[in-house]
Amino acid sequence: MEVRVANVRKEFDRFPALHDVSLDIKSGELIALLGPSGSGKTTLLRLIAGLERPTRGNIFFGDEDASHKSIQDRNVGFVFQHYALFRHMTVADNIGFGLKVRHGPSRPPAHEIRRRASELLDLVQLSGLEKRYPAQLSGGQRQRVALARAMAIEPKVLLLDEPFGALDAQVRRELRRWLREIHDATGHTTVFVTHDQEEALELADRVVVMSQGRIEQVGTADDIYDTPNSPFVYGFIGESSSLPVKVENGEIWLADRPIGIAAPNEPSGDATLYFRPHDVELLDGCSGCIAGTVAASRRVAGTRRVELEIGGERQRVEIELPVDHPAAQKSRVAFRPGRWKLFPAA
Amino acid sequence: MADPEIKSYAPHHESRSAAVTESRPAQAVLMAIVFAFLGIFLLLPLIIVFHEALAKGVSAYTQSLSDADTRSAIRLTLLVAAISVPLNIVFGISAAWAIAKFEFKGKAFLTTLIDLPFSVSPVISGLVYVLLFGAQGLLGGWLKAHGIVILFAVPGIVLATVFVTFPFVARELIPLMQEQGNGDEEAALSLGANGWQTFWYVTLPNVKWGLLYGVLLCNARAMGEFGAVSVVSGHIRGLTNTMPLHVEILYNEYNAVGAFAVASLLAGLALVTLVLKTLLEMRYGAEIAATRGH
Repeated sequence: MEVRVANVRKEFDRFPALHDVSLDIKSGELIALLGPSGSGKTTLLRLIAGLERPTRGNIFFGDEDASHKSIQDRNVGFVFQHYALFRHMTVADNIGFGLKVRHGPSRPPAHEIRRRASELLDLVQLSGLEKRYPAQLSGGQRQRVALARAMAIEPKVLLLDEPFGALDAQVRRELRRWLREIHDATGHTTVFVTHDQEEALELADRVVVMSQGRIEQVGTADDIYDTPNSPFVYGFIGESSSLPVKVENGEIWLADRPIGIAAPNEPSGDATLYFRPHDVELLDGCSGCIAGTVAASRRVAGTRRVELEIGGERQRVEIELPVDHPAAQKSRVAFRPGRWKLFPAA
Repeated sequence: MADPEIKSYAPHHESRSAAVTESRPAQAVLMAIVFAFLGIFLLLPLIIVFHEALAKGVSAYTQSLSDADTRSAIRLTLLVAAISVPLNIVFGISAAWAIAKFEFKGKAFLTTLIDLPFSVSPVISGLVYVLLFGAQGLLGGWLKAHGIVILFAVPGIVLATVFVTFPFVARELIPLMQEQGNGDEEAALSLGANGWQTFWYVTLPNVKWGLLYGVLLCNARAMGEFGAVSVVSGHIRGLTNTMPLHVEILYNEYNAVGAFAVASLLAGLALVTLVLKTLLEMRYGAEIAATRGH
């Protein structure tokens, strides 16, 4: 099922949580809404679900305008951040709930509901736990039951709010791979909210980066990481370093020296240069480079991260060095960014 | 056994770390105080009630309970409880739902208002009804003109009992519902349940132990209320006397066996309530813990 969010605005007590957001989600796609807290990602998810109504704008399921349909009529599977499992029901009753509350002929007989619950438990790899209560399950198991319960109603769209937020790192990684497998097997259109960029980039077909109630960029993991379209995305996704520079006659200048990077298509004037700390070319001499004094150095797993003080302006940038690089305290290091991007100074 | 240091971090186990345990004599003194206090002020009076009731033998006891006026007092008390407890359940759930799940103006005021019967003397609550429904009262003339009798009759007793008991269920449910939030309800709605199904299958089971506890307390108070009921009842024997009022009348007539026989029924009710609550907690302990925690 395609989902189209068209110019949606949402206010809470006149305070805008989303400004004019538009997003097209393709059928069968796995999409991540990624952003810091307060970016509006959960609000957008709840609007798609029908747990909130848009102040302005529309939400389409396929060609149908679902903006004013209630959550019951939208037929979405929603997995809540803290699972919201019904604590007084067994695992099987939790999963069967969505079928039990149906009316008339669409309600399957009791033995059919039980069979479906067992089937879904198999799918989420929890066979045999039908009779347990939620309180008797681990966090990861509750997460799986919540997903099975949401899938029991054969939803058009599966929506997950911070699905791995409350789990420890090891379980997260495991469940991430598992969710991808389930998605590929069932083909549900799936939207999940996360503040963990690693999760978003690894898991999703496309990532929607949000900030302050707006969508900053939509794209594949490669698009988002390699060609961020705003300083926010560059800074939010992955590691980045930035320096205030000047563009003149198609060359980039740092203070009064050119840094050896041609920028023929950039407009002249003040700008900010962004690059990745690991994507730098180390140089020996310095005619056309960025040079600085090592101010701090840390060992990070297989590399060494150094903070360089550039020029007299007390401007610091981070770059990565090989572990065996001889740069010690106070020594000078010269480099040139490999891949970089300029944004006009604000 | 687990390592004692680890055990001390498990909050719901009764074990404590050595650092916060009092010395043995201190423990003994504290426990002696508690037991002496409970013995003198709770257990002894309870024993005396039953002792006095049976002072002239079992036949005198049963005879005084089969007295017509006593019978009518018991019937009236049961009737009043049967009306006021269901009313309180409906009111308590509505009030708790409104306060815990919605935001609205006047919420703080409503919460304070629910506590009013706890803070006001029952006699005053009775007097309020006299001022309202009495012959010289605000609505007295109108009521008389339409032939409606409230004061010194069953309706007045029910009203006074409802007034006195209405915080019990609401007070029990509000913190529970606030703690549980809206998450489960949203989940039920997202799975296609309608409002009634959500209430019946999700909200109510989530609070059922709190509700039951509130109902037990509410019932005990409804049957035992004296002050408010005394003001509005008029003490008409065989008509408007509830059990607590009947106890007083019998006692004032120096009918000790009769008075204590009825009192023993009320005391028995309190004991049954306690035993019921304990049994429920034993039988469903794990489930209650699961409903509260998680």
